Parts: sequence; structure tokens; C-alpha cells
Amino acid sequence: MSMQFEGRDILSIKDFSVKEIMHILKTAKKMVPAAKGERRDESLRGKVLATIFFEPSTRTRLSFESAMSRLGGRAIGMADPEASSLKKGETLADTIKMAESYADVTVLRHHHMGAARLAANFSAKPIINGGDGAGQHPTQTMLDLFTIWTEKGKIEGQKVALVGDLKYGRTAHSLSYALSLFGAKLYFVAPPTLQMPKEVVDDAKVGKVRPKLTGDLNDVIGKVDVLYVTRIQKERFPDPQEYQRVAGLYKVDVGLLEEAKKDLIVMHPLPRVNEIHPSVDGTHHARYFEQAFNGVPVRMALLALILGAVE
Amino acid sequence: MRELRVTPIKNGTVIDHIPAGMALKVLKILGITEESSDSTVSVAMRVTSKKSTLKDIVKVEDRELLEKEVDKIALVAPNATINIIQNFNVKQKHKVELPEVAKGILICGNPNCITNLREPVETEFVVVSKSPVRLRCVYCERDLENIVDAIT
Ligand SMILES: Nc1ncnc2c1ncn2[C@@H]1O[C@H](COP(=O)(O)OP(=O)(O)OP(=O)(O)O)[C@@H](O)[C@H]1O
Ligand SMILES: [Mg+2]
Ligand SMILES: [Zn+2]
Repeated sequence: MSMQFEGRDILSIKDFSVKEIMHILKTAKKMVPAAKGERRDESLRGKVLATIFFEPSTRTRLSFESAMSRLGGRAIGMADPEASSLKKGETLADTIKMAESYADVTVLRHHHMGAARLAANFSAKPIINGGDGAGQHPTQTMLDLFTIWTEKGKIEGQKVALVGDLKYGRTAHSLSYALSLFGAKLYFVAPPTLQMPKEVVDDAKVGKVRPKLTGDLNDVIGKVDVLYVTRIQKERFPDPQEYQRVAGLYKVDVGLLEEAKKDLIVMHPLPRVNEIHPSVDGTHHARYFEQAFNGVPVRMALLALILGAVE
Repeated sequence: MRELRVTPIKNGTVIDHIPAGMALKVLKILGITEESSDSTVSVAMRVTSKKSTLKDIVKVEDRELLEKEVDKIALVAPNATINIIQNFNVKQKHKVELPEVAKGILICGNPNCITNLREPVETEFVVVSKSPVRLRCVYCERDLENIVDAIT
């Protein structure tokens, strides 16, 4: 399969090969100076991105807008699509056809799974999935991969522990699929009630190495190269005391990190609640703020590729 | 000996080699359970086949099946044969075949799937495995848990 990005939709990480993802990551690396504002890049001058977010988001939306501006383009958005179209009974298909006539590319966030794929059926211009409920969030997965790749030099063979709510967390699902595709070694650390769904574990076997499942963070802390922490949501627990107990088991603090490899990096898709103690921020392990920044160069790369500004 | 448990029909369709007990699902697929239906139908359930296992047979008079109906039957009776009867004889016989993609014949079982909203799209499922049959929704990427109940 030859690599063709111009005009392409970004809907699910499963639509991309390792080779294609690597091309995106390498393109993103070249975008870093412009993403930091150290270099001017006007390659998307005159281009318009529509952001349609049916669900609130800070990071994803801001980093898409920043990415578009850093490439000289403009972002337009609906103030509150929930109020402006859904309430009037407009279908998503119609909202998308409208956006298509105002912009060159659309990023969509929606609470229903598959919304972006549906949108792509109704738009000749590229659609980027900015998160579809419990489904996919491919640009998050790509910035996670970018972070591991730039910090570690390669993804293959890295020992990565995914920690927290692995049952409902879409970030963990897509990332585990992608990491196994790259040949990383996976550890799924979660209480039994929040462990990875069977389909995701099966999917993670596409790689050479089977993932290991455990309930105990202490089992893996000394072994892994990357600790990817996700939020455990209170709403998942009918009993608040049970929530307190479980959440406490998966708290990352300076004490825990004493057991870790020297070059372990700690990642988190943010926002965090109290999974990672603020005292970790100052250690050489912390990478979650870099990770959040990486959303900009990765999204710049995707926009530039699908709008044909770079090959 | 020709296996004829019910009266021969002159023209119509015989759906043979349906797994025992699944004939009612086939009737539902053909819309025969609807009050508005005017087809003459005979059903034989749990008859012994040549392979001495039990099977169901459905015979519909004066009617041929639509492609979508055959696709649906393939989901509940993957080994069924469709026999077109003309003038009391089997004029054509073919085995049903699972399509690569099942389009517009199933409802996604995932309540959070976009196809369950009022949007102008047909559902689409990719056959990820033929036996046992496993179908994955193209939209939400989830596997369909109960295929029989999901048939429209
Ligand atoms: N005129 C008819 N009226 C009603 N049913 C018929 C008629 N002719 C054939 N059938 C039924 O249609 C099915 C297929 O008939 P056929 O003569 O091809 O049987 P067969 O040789 O056993 O085929 P198979 O190998 O598919 O089981 C059988 O269930 C048979 O009973
Ligand atoms: Mg026979
Ligand atoms: Zn679905």
C-alpha cells in the first residue's frame, strides 16, 4: 500500500499501518519548532478548519486551533452545536454537509460511537475524529505514540504499563492496540472490575507479545519503561468508600517511583484528579505536560498531510 | 425415497437445511409472521435429514426471495439451501452464502452507536469470522452479541 494522505479521513487508529503512523510521527517532529512559535510556517495559509464539538473538551479543541494557527490557517467553530443544531432536530449528516461548505477540513467530537465515520460518509472533505464517545480518539493515540517515540527513541520492545480504568477508558483501548502493533510489551494494571475488556486484550495480541494483566502496581513498577496512568472515575463506583479504596491503590507518588527504573517516564492524557501526586511533577519521570504539548505538532502534521501541504 | 413430509407445491421456494428450531426465525425474516402477509407457507420442524441430524424446512408458495432476505437467512441458517420450485420440480438450487459485508439488514446492539440515532445511514457489519459467525459494526467497531435478535 503506497502512502497517500491528501484528502484522507482520520477516523480510527486501526485504519493506519505502522509505516503510515511512523510517517506521521516523523512529520510531527519537523513541526516542533513551529509548534513552539520558534519558526514561522505559513503552509496552510488560507485554509479553514471547522471544529464541531458536541462534547466539551479543552485540550483537543485548543490544540487543534493552535495547530491550525501555527500553520497559518484559521479555525472556526460552533459555539455550542448541542444548542444550535441538535435541539433543532438537525441530523449529524446535515450538520456535516453544512461544515463541508464552510471549511477545508472538519474535526468532530461526538458522544456517539462511529459518529466520525458516519460524518465521513457525508463529506467529500476530510473528517478528523476528535473523540467519539467510548469509541476512538486517534489523534490522542498518535500524540501518545509520538511522546514515547521521541522520549525513548523507538516504540518496539518498550515495556509499557497502562494503569487505571482500563475497562471504560477509550484512550487505553486505542493505545494498547497501537502499541502492540508496534511490538511493545504491555502490562494492564487495574482492579478486576476495571480490567481491559476481552476484545481489547484479544486485539492486543496482534503483536508478538501477549499482554500481562495484574491488579498490583507494585508488580510492574520496577520493570517498565513507560507508566501510562489514566483516571479512575468516581461514577463507576456505586459505593464511595470502595472508590476511595481502589483509587488509593493506583496512586502514583514519589515513594512509588523510588522503585522505578531511572529512565521511567510517567504519562497521563490529562486532566488528572489525584492519580498522580503533584510532587511527581518536579521529578525527571514526569512527561504529561510535554505529552499535552505534543498534541500540537502531531495535529499540525495531520492537518498538513491531509490538506496536501506536505507529503 | 424423496422426503416429502408436506404436500408438494407447484411453484415457490423451499428453504431446506435450516438448523432445527430456527424455522420461526426464517418465517420472521420473510415477514410471514406479519398479519399483512398473504403467502401460503408450510413448515416442517425437527425432521430427520439424510445425515440423520434434525433440521427445519420452510416452503413458501408463489414467491421468490429477495437478495436481502437471503442474506438474512444466511445469518440464522448458514448451511441452508434455497430451492426454486417450478411446476413441482426443483428448478434451481443454491446454498446461502454469508456476504462479506452485511448492509442494512441488522440493528447494532450497541445503544451508543451512531447508527441507532435518527441518521440517514444503513448499518454495516463486516464478517470477521464465518464459523462461528462474528460480525463487527463498521461504525462503533463493536462485535454484535446477539445476531439473531439484531436482524431487521
Ligand atoms: N414440489 C415440491 N414441493 C415441495 N417441496 C419440494 C418439492 N420438490 C422438492 N421439494 C423439497 O425441496 C428440497 C430439495 O429437494 P431435492 O429434490 O433437491 O432434495 P435433495 O436431493 O435431498 O436435496 P439436498 O441435497 O439439497 O438435500 C427437499 O426438502 C424437498 O423435500
Ligand atoms: Mg435432502
Ligand atoms: Zn455499531
